[in-house]
Amino acid sequence: MHPVIRTVLQRLGLGLLTLFAVSVIIFSTLEMLPGGFAEAILGQGATPETVAAFNKSLGLDRPPLTRYVEWITGAVQGDFGKSFAGAGGWRSENVRTVSGIIGPRLYNTFFLAGLTAIIAVPIALGLGLLTALYRNTWFDRVANATTLTTIASPEFFVAYILVFFLAVKLRWFPPLSTVSATTPFAEHFYKALLPALTLTLVIVAHMMRMTRASIISLLASPYIEMARLKGLSRSQVILRHALPNAWAPIATVIAFNLAYLVVGVVVVEVVFTYPGIGQLMVDSVGSRDMPVAQACALIFAATYILLNLLADIIAIITNPRLLHPK
Amino acid sequence: MTEFEYKLELAKQAVTKGKLSRRDFTKFALAGGLTLTVADGLFMKAARAQAKQGGHFRAGLGHGNTTDTFDPATYAHGLNFGWGRSLVGATLTRTDQKNNVVPYLAESFEPSDGAKKWVFKLRKGVTFHNGKTLTSDDVVGTINYHMGPDSKSAGKAYLGGVASVKADGPDTVVFELKGADADFPYAFAQYQFPILAITDGKPDVTGNGAGPYILDGFEPGVKVHFKRNPNAFAPGNFDEVTQLVILDAAARTNAYLSGEVDYIDKVDLKTIDMLKSAPDTAIYDVSGMQHYTAPMLTDTAPFDKPEVRQALKWAINRQELVDKVLFGYGKPGNDSPLAPSMKFATSPEPVHTYDPEKAKSILAKAGLSGLKVDISAADAAFAGSVDAALLMAEHAKAAGIEINVVREPNDGYWDNVWIKKPWCHCYWGGRPTADTMLTVSLSEGAAWNDTRWKNARFNELLPQARGETDDAKRAALYAEMQQLVHDDGGQMVLMFANYVGAMTTKLGHGDFNSDNDFDGGYMYDRWWFV
Repeated sequence: MHPVIRTVLQRLGLGLLTLFAVSVIIFSTLEMLPGGFAEAILGQGATPETVAAFNKSLGLDRPPLTRYVEWITGAVQGDFGKSFAGAGGWRSENVRTVSGIIGPRLYNTFFLAGLTAIIAVPIALGLGLLTALYRNTWFDRVANATTLTTIASPEFFVAYILVFFLAVKLRWFPPLSTVSATTPFAEHFYKALLPALTLTLVIVAHMMRMTRASIISLLASPYIEMARLKGLSRSQVILRHALPNAWAPIATVIAFNLAYLVVGVVVVEVVFTYPGIGQLMVDSVGSRDMPVAQACALIFAATYILLNLLADIIAIITNPRLLHPK
Repeated sequence: MTEFEYKLELAKQAVTKGKLSRRDFTKFALAGGLTLTVADGLFMKAARAQAKQGGHFRAGLGHGNTTDTFDPATYAHGLNFGWGRSLVGATLTRTDQKNNVVPYLAESFEPSDGAKKWVFKLRKGVTFHNGKTLTSDDVVGTINYHMGPDSKSAGKAYLGGVASVKADGPDTVVFELKGADADFPYAFAQYQFPILAITDGKPDVTGNGAGPYILDGFEPGVKVHFKRNPNAFAPGNFDEVTQLVILDAAARTNAYLSGEVDYIDKVDLKTIDMLKSAPDTAIYDVSGMQHYTAPMLTDTAPFDKPEVRQALKWAINRQELVDKVLFGYGKPGNDSPLAPSMKFATSPEPVHTYDPEKAKSILAKAGLSGLKVDISAADAAFAGSVDAALLMAEHAKAAGIEINVVREPNDGYWDNVWIKKPWCHCYWGGRPTADTMLTVSLSEGAAWNDTRWKNARFNELLPQARGETDDAKRAALYAEMQQLVHDDGGQMVLMFANYVGAMTTKLGHGDFNSDNDFDGGYMYDRWWFV
């Protein structure tokens, strides 16, 4: 079997095991949280009777193990169950399936993550290459200082600054990114631009500096010296000889940042009221809507596993020594 | 009155009726020698007095959750106030600006048998959004839905006194109560009680109601859209209403400043002065019944000693809390949970102001000098709770009391801290009547008696006052009860917080309700665009 396929299969198997372990951790952690859905939804209004009635109708009076097995069997078959919200009502119209709730939000999240990646990754790679090429010049220093400043500022602060100047003062963008399933693509794109710019400012430094560092560390190797002695120009040395060998660490960092874009942008979502999955997860944990919280956590775990797998595959493909082991 | 003044008055009336345009009015006023600013001001004032139909009202609200549904049994937050009271739902009664109860879906309500029996007559020809006609069966079914043994409704607490509810013909509903209750109709003005359509014995909780707006799009935790119900018996003024969920206060402010929404609630008080200077902006500032308290468990040491409770009540500078935590948008409390604007509210003497010497001497007399207590605080209790607790600790130092502030997590505050820790922070949204407020928070056995206060005299007076129909006698009973709470109770009422929002001056409105935020939840059908 080809080593790449073998690795992929191995990793996928391990990923499934990890997901299973994660599911146990998620379930038991959420189980350990104080209070339940009934208390959360009724707030101050929770009396022992109303809480008991709520729990009974949600099936929460059964032992945790039964509920876990039920949930995980469903999840394996792609059925994440029904949200607690509305399940307390008398009519089935109000009951929402978890996939029905998560679906549109997941799309929004991927949309925003994709848009950000399209903007941020080329900028980061370009800047990384340029700063490596012109290292220790004023350009290098300015680029580094700027990106480090934006990554060091909290996301919400960057967001407020952008909103203040670009939305409130100049009115180029809307301050709210409220989109829905019926929003046309162009409008969705326009409304998601400001949050995407915010996130770009937040993630560029990490990827740029990794690109710069891994290229610079390669520049000291003998084969680069050889290339230079051959009379190649500096940009050719970097693009043709250094970059191919630098892909592995860069891919890892990009994967890491993409995963962050999917799972960690709740603050930006709140500031722009963008209906993504982060806000959904926080809401559902706050209101103890377990089926939704569990499904979100599983999706997050799967995202990390898949993106890391992808980074590893890129590392293998770009490294002949790993691609053709003796 | 000169001829010009007389004509100006006529012109203003014409504007109010919508018969004179802004341009024509201004022309006339300028010809009479008024300046442009004055003329325009007069026009706006006259135009605003007249409710007009039309427009799309967009409210940016700091409430809402992805778990929201249109089941009134789960109504609990600021979006729901509107849903139940003036959007999709219509209640039997309403509260007016002076906090009187007035008929709405019910045409009339009459007590008999010394307020032990209440007869509600329904308005005829009212239809639900799906076309079904409202009958007494819908009312009975709705009440039973909230009252039944399986009920998960927070509204159940209002119905504890109901012995039976029966339909008497299609337009009449008869309630038999366990004990006399002169304030009974107030319960049915609450946002949990919009009348639901009953089909096959089950209530319709999908957002179908008899209210002035029809649900037209619902994305839980994001936005809700409504359109005017043309068949409503009392239609709203706006063509469309959108509630946008914007939980972040700065995002809410930005949305307002850039004109994305016409109104925002829960304005960040730290930056309100800057918001005030925005063009065409009015601050919505209503002193309501919402109050922030610090309940002490009266059966737990050291708060089981009345002297400790009294000393602490004198040891807190409430005015400073109002100034620093509410930025002046509130009033200091005097340990009665009844807001000053409520019927039967008194201000028991002596008014609890900041007097550390007095607190010290009370403790010294009881041999309790060097008192050390813990207070649990979290912003879940009310915004600024932790700051307030730290201020309280500073104040109490002067009285020789050491308060240790325990910062609790917001998450699960109501389950793990409230009525569990001996002293903590809490908020009350207020209740429409003296009776419900006192019953819910202070009577023996009440689930929310968060001080576990058991005062025999108080508990004896409470049902007596509830059944009393003579207002003068009632006032005396409530005064005595408030005095008891003030002197002996464990509930420290720190302050009454105003409802503060911001709205564009393009919105017209009358006086505001004080029993809830959002003009009592009635802003959607009461307000209009000028």
